[in-house]
Amino acid sequence: MVLADVRIELKPGVADPEGQNTKKALELLGFQGIKGVRSIKLFEINLDMPKEEAKKACEEMCRKLLANPVIHNYRIDLK
Amino acid sequence: MKSDEVKVCILRIEGTNCEEETFAAFKEVGASPEKVHLKQLVGACPAELKRRLQDYHVLALPGGFSAGDYVRAGAIFAARMKSTLSLDLKKFVSTERPVIGICNGFQILVELGVLPGLDGVMSDEPQAALSTNASGRFECIPTLLKHENRGKSVFTRKIETGRVVMFPCAHAEGNFMLPSEKQERILDQLESEDQMVFRYVGPAGDYAGYPWNPNGSVRNIAGICNPAGNVLGLMPHPERVFHRCTHPDWTRSEMRPDGEGDGRAVFESALDYVRRKF
Repeated sequence: MVLADVRIELKPGVADPEGQNTKKALELLGFQGIKGVRSIKLFEINLDMPKEEAKKACEEMCRKLLANPVIHNYRIDLK
Repeated sequence: MKSDEVKVCILRIEGTNCEEETFAAFKEVGASPEKVHLKQLVGACPAELKRRLQDYHVLALPGGFSAGDYVRAGAIFAARMKSTLSLDLKKFVSTERPVIGICNGFQILVELGVLPGLDGVMSDEPQAALSTNASGRFECIPTLLKHENRGKSVFTRKIETGRVVMFPCAHAEGNFMLPSEKQERILDQLESEDQMVFRYVGPAGDYAGYPWNPNGSVRNIAGICNPAGNVLGLMPHPERVFHRCTHPDWTRSEMRPDGEGDGRAVFESALDYVRRKF
């Protein structure tokens, strides 16, 4: 059994309204010293296959659905 | 070909929710629309419900929140189409049959790689993105659109170039983006190749910012077509202003409530094109 963390994040320079709004909301709640907030999506995928195969499968998943290469970078961590 | 022989496939999956209005619009102009579930096209249904994409003349991808807008708006619908219907879709597009994607439909066409379609019919990976609105919110407002197409788009030939129309928008992810390193080059290409169709403008006809541009789209892009002109994707909803009485200002205008709304011409243009061509 392999547990894969697939992390989908916006490329540097792509606007992140969710992160910006969250930063604003946290500041309105009184939190200070926040330099930045980025929203990042994490999919935890449970796979019943060897590690090498799991990595390939996750890359295929990112290519076919989970990430849009125009705006996203992705990272796969296997546990 | 007669109008009622023009068959329109209004394609849906779970979460599609504008198929009724889209159906009504095509019906009203005289075509023969049918609401079809994706499973009916890929054969995952009882035999009597099976349909073939090539039996239709027009493909419409209506608005909604297909598959709950999970992952990214339109991404799941697009991935399912790509894995099951890729060849049929390529054939449909390359035989210059009209395809329209409205709102969620535009998101699907972009995720599919059919729009902007820079190197042909359908790219392997998306070439653009419709990202979260710059406001960070769902924007549901009337938007003014300047029709900029010079004749390539088969869906807007009945709308004069330069005319401003009002189609309402309702979306959270409509911010049209291109790869940053190639952005200017691609935008210039879209303009020179006559792929720009609608751009958001303010009341003075200028490329105004928020809220006239509801999502922050680069160069105020609201709708584009493919290089051949038979595929149109746009965020605002022409089917919601098919009749004048659904324009928010109709009681203040001289127009009769049962008169033509701004959106009608989109459906008439497509029908007219198919009648002449096939």
